[in-house]
Amino acid sequence: MAKLLAGVTTSHVPAIGAALDGGKSGEPYWRRVFAGYEFSKKWLAEMKPDVVFLVYNDHASAFSLEIIPTFALGCAEEFPIADEGWGPRPVPVVEGHPDLAWHIAQSTILDEFDMTIVNKMEVDHGLTVPLSLMVGQPKTWPFKVIPLCVNVIQYPPPTGHRCYMLGKAIRKAIDSFPQDLRVVIFGTGGMSHQLQGPRAGFINSEFDNRFLDKFVADPVALTKIPHVDYIREAGSEGIELVMWLIARGALDDQVKQVHRFYTVPASNTAVGHLILENTH
Amino acid sequence: MAEEAYEDIPGTQVFDAKRSRKGYWLNMFCMSLMKDENRKAFKANEPKYLDEHFPHLSPEQRDAILKRQWNRMLELGGNIYYTSKLGATDGLSFQNLAALMTGSTQEQYAAMMLAGGRPPAGNRSKSEWQSRG
Repeated sequence: MAKLLAGVTTSHVPAIGAALDGGKSGEPYWRRVFAGYEFSKKWLAEMKPDVVFLVYNDHASAFSLEIIPTFALGCAEEFPIADEGWGPRPVPVVEGHPDLAWHIAQSTILDEFDMTIVNKMEVDHGLTVPLSLMVGQPKTWPFKVIPLCVNVIQYPPPTGHRCYMLGKAIRKAIDSFPQDLRVVIFGTGGMSHQLQGPRAGFINSEFDNRFLDKFVADPVALTKIPHVDYIREAGSEGIELVMWLIARGALDDQVKQVHRFYTVPASNTAVGHLILENTH
Repeated sequence: MAEEAYEDIPGTQVFDAKRSRKGYWLNMFCMSLMKDENRKAFKANEPKYLDEHFPHLSPEQRDAILKRQWNRMLELGGNIYYTSKLGATDGLSFQNLAALMTGSTQEQYAAMMLAGGRPPAGNRSKSEWQSRG
Protein backbone atom coordinates (compact mmCIF):
# COMPACT_ATOMS: atom_id res chain seq x y z
CA MET A 1 0.00 0.00 0.00
CA ALA A 2 1.05 3.62 -0.47
CA LYS A 3 2.14 5.31 2.72
CA LEU A 4 2.32 9.00 3.63
CA LEU A 5 5.50 9.34 5.67
CA ALA A 6 5.95 13.04 6.27
CA GLY A 7 5.13 16.62 5.39
CA VAL A 8 7.32 19.55 4.41
CA THR A 9 6.21 23.17 4.43
CA THR A 10 8.18 26.00 2.89
CA SER A 11 7.91 29.42 1.32
CA HIS A 12 8.40 29.51 -2.45
CA VAL A 13 9.89 32.96 -3.11
CA PRO A 14 10.89 33.38 -6.81
CA ALA A 15 14.08 35.29 -5.89
CA ILE A 16 15.35 32.11 -4.19
CA GLY A 17 15.19 30.31 -7.53
CA ALA A 18 16.84 33.24 -9.27
CA ALA A 19 19.64 33.28 -6.67
CA LEU A 20 20.26 29.57 -7.06
CA ASP A 21 20.09 29.61 -10.86
CA GLY A 22 22.30 32.70 -10.98
CA GLY A 23 25.01 31.12 -8.79
CA LYS A 24 24.43 33.57 -5.92
CA SER A 25 23.64 31.00 -3.23
CA GLY A 26 27.08 31.54 -1.63
CA GLU A 27 26.48 35.25 -0.98
CA PRO A 28 25.88 36.01 2.72
CA TYR A 29 22.32 37.22 2.11
CA TRP A 30 21.34 33.98 0.39
CA ARG A 31 23.55 31.70 2.48
CA ARG A 32 21.37 32.69 5.47
CA VAL A 33 18.32 31.37 3.58
CA PHE A 34 19.86 28.21 2.12
CA ALA A 35 21.44 27.30 5.48
CA GLY A 36 17.94 26.53 6.75
CA TYR A 37 17.61 23.76 4.15
CA GLU A 38 20.93 21.94 4.59
CA PHE A 39 19.43 19.48 7.05
CA SER A 40 16.31 19.21 4.90
CA LYS A 41 18.17 18.09 1.79
CA LYS A 42 19.88 15.28 3.71
CA TRP A 43 16.62 14.34 5.40
CA LEU A 44 14.74 14.10 2.08
CA ALA A 45 17.55 12.10 0.45
CA GLU A 46 17.32 9.59 3.31
CA MET A 47 13.54 9.57 3.20
CA LYS A 48 13.72 8.44 -0.45
CA PRO A 49 10.15 9.26 -1.45
CA ASP A 50 8.78 7.71 -4.62
CA VAL A 51 6.25 10.50 -4.95
CA VAL A 52 5.99 14.06 -3.63
CA PHE A 53 2.46 15.47 -3.52
CA LEU A 54 3.16 19.18 -3.91
CA VAL A 55 0.60 21.83 -2.96
CA TYR A 56 1.41 25.24 -4.46
CA ASN A 57 -0.11 28.10 -6.36
CA ASP A 58 0.35 29.19 -9.92
CA HIS A 59 1.31 32.86 -10.39
CA ALA A 60 -0.51 33.66 -13.62
CA SER A 61 1.71 31.23 -15.53
CA ALA A 62 -0.38 28.15 -16.38
CA PHE A 63 -3.69 29.84 -15.58
CA SER A 64 -4.78 33.39 -16.32
CA LEU A 65 -8.08 35.12 -15.57
CA GLU A 66 -9.66 33.02 -18.33
CA ILE A 67 -9.99 29.96 -16.07
CA ILE A 68 -9.52 30.06 -12.31
CA PRO A 69 -9.76 26.57 -10.75
CA THR A 70 -9.79 26.50 -6.96
CA PHE A 71 -8.13 23.06 -6.73
CA ALA A 72 -6.37 21.81 -9.90
CA LEU A 73 -4.81 18.37 -9.64
CA GLY A 74 -2.04 17.57 -12.10
CA CYS A 75 -2.62 14.10 -13.56
CA ALA A 76 -0.23 14.34 -16.51
CA GLU A 77 2.88 12.23 -17.27
CA GLU A 78 5.02 15.35 -17.08
CA PHE A 79 4.86 19.06 -16.39
CA PRO A 80 7.07 21.45 -18.39
CA ILE A 81 8.72 24.44 -16.70
CA ALA A 82 6.91 27.75 -17.33
CA ASP A 83 8.50 30.84 -18.86
CA GLU A 84 7.65 33.50 -16.29
CA GLY A 85 8.98 36.36 -18.34
CA TRP A 86 12.71 35.64 -18.20
CA GLY A 87 12.71 32.23 -19.88
CA PRO A 88 12.03 28.94 -18.05
CA ARG A 89 14.11 28.18 -14.93
CA PRO A 90 16.99 25.82 -15.83
CA VAL A 91 15.62 22.91 -13.82
CA PRO A 92 14.63 19.40 -14.90
CA VAL A 93 11.18 18.73 -16.27
CA VAL A 94 8.81 17.53 -13.55
CA GLU A 95 7.60 13.96 -13.97
CA GLY A 96 4.12 13.15 -12.73
CA HIS A 97 2.59 9.98 -11.30
CA PRO A 98 -0.68 9.65 -13.25
CA ASP A 99 -1.74 6.37 -11.57
CA LEU A 100 -1.71 7.82 -8.08
CA ALA A 101 -2.88 11.27 -9.24
CA TRP A 102 -5.97 9.85 -10.97
CA HIS A 103 -6.66 7.66 -7.98
CA ILE A 104 -6.55 10.72 -5.71
CA ALA A 105 -8.78 12.65 -8.13
CA GLN A 106 -11.42 9.93 -8.12
CA SER A 107 -11.25 9.33 -4.40
CA THR A 108 -11.45 13.01 -3.40
CA ILE A 109 -14.27 13.78 -5.86
CA LEU A 110 -16.32 10.92 -4.46
CA ASP A 111 -15.47 12.38 -1.05
CA GLU A 112 -17.29 15.52 -2.24
CA PHE A 113 -14.30 17.71 -3.16
CA ASP A 114 -14.90 19.10 -6.65
CA MET A 115 -11.40 18.82 -8.08
CA THR A 116 -10.34 20.08 -11.48
CA ILE A 117 -8.37 17.42 -13.35
CA VAL A 118 -5.48 18.84 -15.37
CA ASN A 119 -3.72 16.87 -18.10
CA LYS A 120 -1.63 19.72 -19.45
CA MET A 121 0.04 22.25 -17.18
CA GLU A 122 3.26 24.17 -17.02
CA VAL A 123 4.63 24.66 -13.52
CA ASP A 124 6.21 27.86 -12.24
CA HIS A 125 8.42 28.91 -9.32
CA GLY A 126 5.64 28.06 -6.87
CA LEU A 127 6.42 24.40 -7.53
CA THR A 128 10.04 24.44 -8.64
CA VAL A 129 11.53 26.62 -5.88
CA PRO A 130 10.47 24.19 -3.11
CA LEU A 131 11.97 21.33 -5.15
CA SER A 132 15.24 23.24 -5.56
CA LEU A 133 15.36 24.07 -1.85
CA MET A 134 14.77 20.46 -0.84
CA VAL A 135 16.87 18.73 -3.51
CA GLY A 136 19.41 21.20 -4.87
CA GLN A 137 20.37 21.18 -8.55
CA PRO A 138 20.05 17.58 -9.82
CA LYS A 139 20.00 16.46 -13.47
CA THR A 140 16.61 14.86 -12.91
CA TRP A 141 14.29 15.10 -9.91
CA PRO A 142 14.74 11.98 -7.78
CA PHE A 143 11.00 11.33 -7.40
CA LYS A 144 7.71 11.79 -9.20
CA VAL A 145 5.62 14.85 -8.38
CA ILE A 146 1.86 15.27 -8.21
CA PRO A 147 1.10 18.99 -8.36
CA LEU A 148 -1.98 20.39 -6.64
CA CYS A 149 -2.42 23.95 -7.78
CA VAL A 150 -4.59 26.10 -5.50
CA ASN A 151 -6.09 29.47 -6.38
CA VAL A 152 -4.87 32.07 -3.89
CA ILE A 153 -4.74 35.04 -6.28
CA GLN A 154 -8.38 35.64 -7.10
CA TYR A 155 -10.23 36.43 -3.87
CA PRO A 156 -11.56 34.39 -2.21
CA PRO A 157 -9.16 31.46 -1.99
CA PRO A 158 -10.57 28.33 -0.35
CA THR A 159 -10.90 28.62 3.42
CA GLY A 160 -8.27 27.18 5.71
CA HIS A 161 -10.85 24.72 6.97
CA ARG A 162 -11.67 23.52 3.46
CA CYS A 163 -7.97 23.06 2.76
CA TYR A 164 -7.47 21.08 5.95
CA MET A 165 -10.41 18.82 5.15
CA LEU A 166 -9.14 18.31 1.60
CA GLY A 167 -5.84 17.22 3.12
CA LYS A 168 -7.70 14.55 5.07
CA ALA A 169 -9.40 13.34 1.88
CA ILE A 170 -6.04 13.21 0.08
CA ARG A 171 -4.64 11.14 2.94
CA LYS A 172 -7.55 8.71 2.68
CA ALA A 173 -6.86 8.38 -1.04
CA ILE A 174 -3.13 7.76 -0.54
CA ASP A 175 -3.85 5.17 2.16
CA SER A 176 -6.14 3.27 -0.20
CA PHE A 177 -3.73 3.10 -3.17
CA PRO A 178 -2.68 -0.54 -3.61
CA GLN A 179 0.87 -0.03 -4.89
CA ASP A 180 3.73 0.22 -2.38
CA LEU A 181 4.84 3.85 -2.61
CA ARG A 182 6.63 6.17 -0.22
CA VAL A 183 4.85 9.53 -0.32
CA VAL A 184 5.78 12.92 1.17
CA ILE A 185 3.44 15.92 1.00
CA PHE A 186 4.68 19.50 0.54
CA GLY A 187 2.62 22.57 1.50
CA THR A 188 4.18 25.73 0.09
CA GLY A 189 3.79 29.51 0.03
CA GLY A 190 3.81 32.16 2.73
CA MET A 191 4.84 33.17 5.25
CA SER A 192 3.89 36.80 5.89
CA HIS A 193 4.44 39.03 2.88
CA GLN A 194 2.79 41.68 0.80
CA LEU A 195 3.99 42.40 -2.73
CA GLN A 196 1.46 45.02 -3.76
CA GLY A 197 0.84 48.69 -3.18
CA PRO A 198 1.95 51.18 -0.53
CA ARG A 199 1.91 48.51 2.21
CA ALA A 200 4.38 46.25 0.34
CA GLY A 201 7.12 44.82 2.51
CA PHE A 202 4.73 43.96 5.34
CA ILE A 203 6.17 41.25 7.60
CA ASN A 204 4.73 39.89 10.85
CA SER A 205 7.21 37.58 12.58
CA GLU A 206 5.01 37.21 15.63
CA PHE A 207 2.09 35.95 13.52
CA ASP A 208 4.40 33.64 11.59
CA ASN A 209 5.99 32.07 14.66
CA ARG A 210 2.62 31.57 16.32
CA PHE A 211 1.45 29.94 13.07
CA LEU A 212 4.46 27.60 13.11
CA ASP A 213 3.76 26.63 16.75
CA LYS A 214 0.09 25.94 16.14
CA PHE A 215 0.74 24.23 12.85
CA VAL A 216 2.51 21.46 14.71
CA ALA A 217 0.49 21.29 17.92
CA ASP A 218 -3.01 22.62 17.22
CA PRO A 219 -3.69 22.96 13.48
CA VAL A 220 -7.46 22.95 14.00
CA ALA A 221 -7.12 26.36 15.63
CA LEU A 222 -5.49 27.65 12.42
CA THR A 223 -8.38 26.39 10.29
CA LYS A 224 -10.57 29.02 11.95
CA ILE A 225 -8.52 32.03 10.81
CA PRO A 226 -10.75 34.13 8.52
CA HIS A 227 -9.32 35.49 5.27
CA VAL A 228 -9.41 39.09 6.47
CA ASP A 229 -7.13 38.18 9.37
CA TYR A 230 -4.56 36.62 7.05
CA ILE A 231 -4.55 39.74 4.87
CA ARG A 232 -4.41 42.14 7.80
CA GLU A 233 -1.91 40.18 9.93
CA ALA A 234 0.21 38.33 7.33
CA GLY A 235 -0.10 40.64 4.30
CA SER A 236 -2.19 40.29 1.17
CA GLU A 237 0.02 37.50 -0.18
CA GLY A 238 0.41 35.85 3.25
CA ILE A 239 -2.99 34.29 2.61
CA GLU A 240 -1.04 31.60 0.71
CA LEU A 241 -0.63 29.97 4.11
CA VAL A 242 -4.01 28.25 3.67
CA MET A 243 -2.12 25.86 1.36
CA TRP A 244 0.00 24.65 4.26
CA LEU A 245 -3.19 23.38 5.89
CA ILE A 246 -3.75 20.89 3.06
CA ALA A 247 -0.43 19.28 3.94
CA ARG A 248 -1.24 19.38 7.64
CA GLY A 249 -4.68 17.82 7.11
CA ALA A 250 -3.05 14.91 5.31
CA LEU A 251 -0.65 14.19 8.17
CA ASP A 252 -1.48 12.40 11.41
CA ASP A 253 -3.11 14.51 14.10
CA GLN A 254 -0.02 13.95 16.24
CA VAL A 255 3.25 14.47 14.39
CA LYS A 256 6.92 14.64 15.23
CA GLN A 257 8.64 17.91 14.33
CA VAL A 258 12.10 17.13 13.00
CA HIS A 259 13.06 20.55 11.64
CA ARG A 260 12.01 24.18 11.94
CA PHE A 261 13.49 27.23 10.26
CA TYR A 262 12.47 30.87 10.01
CA THR A 263 14.25 33.87 8.55
CA VAL A 264 13.44 37.37 7.30
CA PRO A 265 13.74 38.32 4.51
CA ALA A 266 14.08 36.59 1.20
CA SER A 267 13.43 39.52 -1.10
CA ASN A 268 9.96 40.68 0.11
CA THR A 269 9.02 37.62 2.12
CA ALA A 270 9.36 35.87 5.46
CA VAL A 271 10.69 32.35 4.93
CA GLY A 272 9.25 29.60 7.10
CA HIS A 273 9.98 25.90 6.85
CA LEU A 274 8.93 22.82 8.81
CA ILE A 275 9.45 19.08 8.48
CA LEU A 276 6.92 16.91 10.27
CA GLU A 277 6.93 13.12 10.36
CA ASN A 278 4.02 10.78 10.85
CA THR A 279 4.73 8.43 13.72
CA HIS A 280 2.49 5.50 12.79
CA MET B 1 -24.00 45.52 0.08
CA ALA B 2 -21.96 46.26 3.18
CA GLU B 3 -18.32 47.12 2.60
CA GLU B 4 -16.02 44.15 3.08
CA ALA B 5 -13.92 44.21 6.25
CA TYR B 6 -10.72 43.99 4.19
CA GLU B 7 -11.41 47.41 2.67
CA ASP B 8 -10.16 48.84 5.99
CA ILE B 9 -6.64 47.44 5.45
CA PRO B 10 -4.42 50.33 4.32
CA GLY B 11 -2.41 50.37 1.11
CA THR B 12 -4.00 47.12 -0.08
CA GLN B 13 -6.27 46.26 -2.99
CA VAL B 14 -7.79 42.85 -2.36
CA PHE B 15 -8.28 41.23 -5.77
CA ASP B 16 -11.96 40.44 -5.36
CA ALA B 17 -14.74 40.04 -7.91
CA LYS B 18 -15.25 43.75 -8.58
CA ARG B 19 -11.53 44.40 -9.12
CA SER B 20 -11.08 41.27 -11.21
CA ARG B 21 -13.94 42.28 -13.51
CA LYS B 22 -12.69 45.85 -13.78
CA GLY B 23 -9.11 44.77 -14.42
CA TYR B 24 -9.73 41.89 -16.80
CA TRP B 25 -8.18 43.44 -19.91
CA LEU B 26 -5.42 45.19 -18.00
CA ASN B 27 -4.36 41.88 -16.51
CA MET B 28 -4.78 39.98 -19.76
CA PHE B 29 -2.55 42.56 -21.47
CA CYS B 30 0.10 41.82 -18.82
CA MET B 31 -0.44 38.10 -19.40
CA SER B 32 0.32 38.58 -23.11
CA LEU B 33 3.84 39.67 -22.10
CA MET B 34 4.62 36.07 -21.12
CA LYS B 35 5.52 35.56 -24.79
CA ASP B 36 8.80 36.95 -26.03
CA GLU B 37 7.35 37.99 -29.40
CA ASN B 38 4.69 40.05 -27.61
CA ARG B 39 7.25 41.67 -25.33
CA LYS B 40 9.19 42.74 -28.40
CA ALA B 41 6.10 44.06 -30.20
CA PHE B 42 5.00 45.98 -27.11
CA LYS B 43 8.43 47.53 -26.55
CA ALA B 44 8.68 48.50 -30.23
CA ASN B 45 5.54 50.63 -30.07
CA GLU B 46 3.60 50.59 -26.83
CA PRO B 47 0.49 52.62 -27.79
CA LYS B 48 0.14 50.70 -31.07
CA TYR B 49 0.38 47.34 -29.30
CA LEU B 50 -2.29 48.34 -26.78
CA ASP B 51 -4.64 49.81 -29.39
CA GLU B 52 -4.34 46.86 -31.74
CA HIS B 53 -4.53 44.01 -29.24
CA PHE B 54 -6.33 45.44 -26.21
CA PRO B 55 -8.96 47.89 -27.46
CA HIS B 56 -11.15 47.19 -24.41
CA LEU B 57 -8.72 48.82 -21.96
CA SER B 58 -10.25 51.91 -20.39
CA PRO B 59 -8.47 55.20 -21.20
CA GLU B 60 -7.33 55.36 -17.54
CA GLN B 61 -5.88 51.85 -17.69
CA ARG B 62 -4.12 52.57 -20.98
CA ASP B 63 -2.65 55.74 -19.53
CA ALA B 64 -1.50 54.03 -16.32
CA ILE B 65 0.23 51.31 -18.34
CA LEU B 66 2.05 53.74 -20.61
CA LYS B 67 3.11 55.90 -17.65
CA ARG B 68 4.02 52.86 -15.51
CA GLN B 69 1.87 54.07 -12.63
CA TRP B 70 2.13 50.86 -10.62
CA ASN B 71 -0.26 51.74 -7.79
CA ARG B 72 -2.77 53.29 -10.19
CA MET B 73 -2.81 50.03 -12.17
CA LEU B 74 -3.78 48.18 -8.98
CA GLU B 75 -6.53 50.73 -8.26
CA LEU B 76 -7.86 50.11 -11.77
CA GLY B 77 -8.17 46.37 -11.22
CA GLY B 78 -4.62 45.23 -11.85
CA ASN B 79 -3.20 42.37 -9.82
CA ILE B 80 0.44 42.35 -8.77
CA TYR B 81 1.11 38.89 -10.24
CA TYR B 82 0.01 40.28 -13.60
CA THR B 83 1.49 43.79 -13.39
CA SER B 84 4.79 42.18 -12.36
CA LYS B 85 4.94 40.76 -15.90
CA LEU B 86 4.98 44.31 -17.21
CA GLY B 87 7.67 44.94 -14.61
CA ALA B 88 9.67 41.96 -15.87
CA THR B 89 9.36 43.32 -19.42
CA ASP B 90 11.02 46.49 -18.11
CA GLY B 91 13.66 44.44 -16.29
CA LEU B 92 12.18 45.12 -12.85
CA SER B 93 11.98 42.48 -10.10
CA PHE B 94 9.24 42.19 -7.48
CA GLN B 95 11.49 44.06 -5.06
CA ASN B 96 12.12 46.83 -7.60
CA LEU B 97 8.37 47.20 -8.04
CA ALA B 98 7.76 47.16 -4.29
CA ALA B 99 10.17 50.07 -3.84
CA LEU B 100 8.37 52.03 -6.57
CA MET B 101 4.91 51.29 -5.11
CA THR B 102 5.98 52.33 -1.61
CA GLY B 103 7.65 55.51 -2.77
CA SER B 104 11.07 54.40 -1.53
CA THR B 105 14.43 54.20 -3.17
CA GLN B 106 15.70 50.68 -3.85
CA GLU B 107 18.25 51.13 -1.07
CA GLN B 108 15.66 52.32 1.47
CA TYR B 109 13.29 49.48 0.64
CA ALA B 110 16.00 46.79 0.76
CA ALA B 111 17.22 48.20 4.08
CA MET B 112 13.70 48.10 5.52
CA MET B 113 13.36 44.44 4.51
CA LEU B 114 16.74 43.52 5.99
CA ALA B 115 15.68 45.20 9.23
CA GLY B 116 12.65 42.91 9.44
CA GLY B 117 10.20 44.47 7.01
CA ARG B 118 7.25 46.81 7.48
CA PRO B 119 5.91 46.07 10.98
CA PRO B 120 2.28 45.25 11.76
CA ALA B 121 2.02 48.01 14.38
CA GLY B 122 0.50 51.06 12.73
CA ASN B 123 -0.18 49.21 9.47
CA ARG B 124 -3.34 47.24 10.22
CA SER B 125 -6.09 49.78 9.66
CA LYS B 126 -6.72 52.79 7.45
CA SER B 127 -7.45 54.79 10.60
CA GLU B 128 -3.83 54.28 11.69
CA TRP B 129 -2.53 55.67 8.40
CA GLN B 130 -4.92 58.63 8.57
CA SER B 131 -3.95 59.51 12.11
CA ARG B 132 -0.28 59.64 11.23
CA GLY B 133 -1.15 61.86 8.26
